[in-house]
Amino acid sequence: MTTQKENIALMAHLMRRAGFGAPREELEARAAKGYEATVEELLHPEEQPPLDRDEMMRYHPWTWRPGTLPGMGAADWLHDMLNTKRPLEEKMALFWHQVFATGVSKVDHYDDVMDMIVKFRAKGLGDYRELLIEMAKDPAMIYWLDNCENHAWAVNENWGRELLELFSMGVGNYTETDVRECSRAFTGWTILPKLPRGPIGRHDWFFEYREEDHDDGEKTFLGVTGNLNGEDIIRIICDQPATSRFVARHLYNFFVADEAQVPAWSVMPPRDPAAIDLLSTTLVQSNYDIRSTLRVLFHSDFFKEARFARMKSPAEAVVGTLRLVGGAEFPAPGIGNLSRQAGYMGQDLLNPPSVEGWHTGVEWINSGSLMQRINFAAGLVGDVSRPGIKTILNRLQTQGARTSAEVVDSCLDLLGPLEVSQGSRDGLIGFLKEGGDFRWDTAEHIQTSTARVAELLQLIVATREYQFA
Amino acid sequence: MASTSKAPVLVVLQLTGGNDYLNTVIPYTNPLYRDYRPVVGIPEDQVLPLDDKVAFHPAMGPMKPIYERGEMAIIHGVGYPNSPRSHFRSMDIWHTCEPNKLGTEGWLGRATREIDPHKENVLTTVSFGPSLFRALALPGVPVACVDNLDTYGLLPGVSEQRQRSRMLQWFAQMYSPAIGSGPVMDYLSQTGLDTLQGADILKDAPKRYASTVKYPETPIAKKLKGIAQVHMANFGTRIFYCDHGSFDSHSNQHGMHDKLWKDVSEGVACFFEDLREHGVGDNVIMLMFSEFGRRTRDNGSGTDHGAGGVAFVLGEPVKGGQYSEFPSMKAEDLQQGDVVPNHDFRGVYSTILEDWLGLDAKPIVGGTFEKLAYLN
Repeated sequence: MTTQKENIALMAHLMRRAGFGAPREELEARAAKGYEATVEELLHPEEQPPLDRDEMMRYHPWTWRPGTLPGMGAADWLHDMLNTKRPLEEKMALFWHQVFATGVSKVDHYDDVMDMIVKFRAKGLGDYRELLIEMAKDPAMIYWLDNCENHAWAVNENWGRELLELFSMGVGNYTETDVRECSRAFTGWTILPKLPRGPIGRHDWFFEYREEDHDDGEKTFLGVTGNLNGEDIIRIICDQPATSRFVARHLYNFFVADEAQVPAWSVMPPRDPAAIDLLSTTLVQSNYDIRSTLRVLFHSDFFKEARFARMKSPAEAVVGTLRLVGGAEFPAPGIGNLSRQAGYMGQDLLNPPSVEGWHTGVEWINSGSLMQRINFAAGLVGDVSRPGIKTILNRLQTQGARTSAEVVDSCLDLLGPLEVSQGSRDGLIGFLKEGGDFRWDTAEHIQTSTARVAELLQLIVATREYQFA
Repeated sequence: MASTSKAPVLVVLQLTGGNDYLNTVIPYTNPLYRDYRPVVGIPEDQVLPLDDKVAFHPAMGPMKPIYERGEMAIIHGVGYPNSPRSHFRSMDIWHTCEPNKLGTEGWLGRATREIDPHKENVLTTVSFGPSLFRALALPGVPVACVDNLDTYGLLPGVSEQRQRSRMLQWFAQMYSPAIGSGPVMDYLSQTGLDTLQGADILKDAPKRYASTVKYPETPIAKKLKGIAQVHMANFGTRIFYCDHGSFDSHSNQHGMHDKLWKDVSEGVACFFEDLREHGVGDNVIMLMFSEFGRRTRDNGSGTDHGAGGVAFVLGEPVKGGQYSEFPSMKAEDLQQGDVVPNHDFRGVYSTILEDWLGLDAKPIVGGTFEKLAYLN
């Protein structure tokens, strides 16, 4: 591979992981700027312009704080993922949403769950300890994990347990007594107001600390004794080596390569122990600064070599393909339908199936979701009026791609570059060959060639390889 | 199990959004109904009486003959304790049978696993909708999701049929398992080929089908016609699932609820007529349910989220009539303004699982619940 090609391939990889992919022109412009400069730009979203928030308000006012109305929550977020000039900020929101998985199935209010997404944007690249405290005070989280039912006189362990099991340390690193003591420390961390719901919604909630409902007796948590409150618990948690390793593994699973599902982490060693060591050490040395840790991750060899080692999540499959083909930037009618596509593929955004979040990797795939993925992507790449597809056609024409092998290789390159197995490449060429060589000289030939390329692109996004990021 | 030589088939029609029980099976002679429903109440001269106590909504005319034939069980007061009155949560509870924690396994996903433990038929369960209902979700259990039977399959956007079948041939070739490609690629291969196979079988269903029954052009009638087609094609499908909605009638309930029940009743009537015409209705029952009923007192335009609701079980094998009791509407008997459920929905499921599908209900619904005798 030439250096130029390799640079584009690496940039495409970075943008798929640190963002939702990028069209060809953007990849070329970024590759010209350089890898390191692009990493820094991604790590500093605040230097890029924010989105015009009024656009969605103007055309789809129903997406703004839609309360409990089913199916109206995720369109606003989809619009952001498609248009953001701050790809990593949006990707971190998705990352933390998958970790601190909280859903409208119980919270019964899109607004509160969307407020979490806003917090993830603001704090997702910052200090993880601050984010944990933010989550402990988050109204949707408090209701989701019943901390509003956690009283000095009647302890509810739901939040206390999940904080340790799913959000910080992982099973096997604490005792049942620690769960109890942790939960006691969070008594009185509750929400207001507790008014009954109205016909299509209810009042927004706010965090409230109630001194009189807080158990201020002595507690012993992970060997530390004192009159511990919630902040103390989070400080003690973050002093544990298990915590930095757990966060490192989450980052690895999301940004590098598919790991086992979270509940198996206590029994399954990491896929790449050295990578987890590096990320974990960086977290500790940087005082849990996610930005510094991701900088190390994006520059590591294990990251650069992990191309197509992750199954795309449905959100990545939908947004990535839309960004590739273009034409969905304006919030046209139909954005509601677009925002439901990830749900059809098994990732109903803002509504994860449980606090454990979605099972990732190969578990995204079943016969229904695979068909949805393929048909959704094929419908888009088969539309030759899309700007991204026009670009591909123009380049093929400029290159004068003639043989089936040339056209297949060019299309794989321009769609990714996508790496496929020899068997897949042979299949694609075999399909194309029956139509003979391509010609781009007359209007009629261009029309025939265009139709054939549209079919080829649909077959490419139907491959197994296209399902990976 | 019911006495039929053919394997029993279950069709579920979910009335999404919270169907208003009191305006579906109307207690038209109860003066409290008039008191509570000054706006959305249906005048006595318009209702379709079933007896001297209850009547169908006027739009349910097409379904009334089914009841009169004794092929429809009305199950009063269905629900569960402490209804959360939230669409999402309530539907989750119905889908997973987990009222106290978040469940991820669907009750019919579990039933599918029991019926076809070795996954011998990729069409044991077929869902008509764009995505998998949680009731059918269970990791490793294949369920075919059909949005539209006429266009169902991979790459429906390729309109030229010869070209499309060529593409699918190459698709199958590219998905054939190769030695040494690893477990993830192997799994993808198998899933891709299962998908193709399911679609390949299903696409024949409309071709094999002919009927004098003219279904209306409504979304629910289309789905039910699709179900009839797949059932008649004898692919061995045992569970069908579809939904219609939204029944969330907070405002302007009159026009909205009328249209919903007109569409559902016409669709359901055509469906059973179709099965009858072809002599294939003797092993089919249909369950209709909604995630909750609505508030007893109307809100001046519609009705808000409530608790107790009604379920229906229909079909030739069903022992028709009314089961359980209409919950009391007296003010002192209401909870948060709602009629209180007196028959647990897991009892409905248990009746269907045990007395129809011949499965052990306890592990599927998570306990033992009262069954009623409409499938004996």
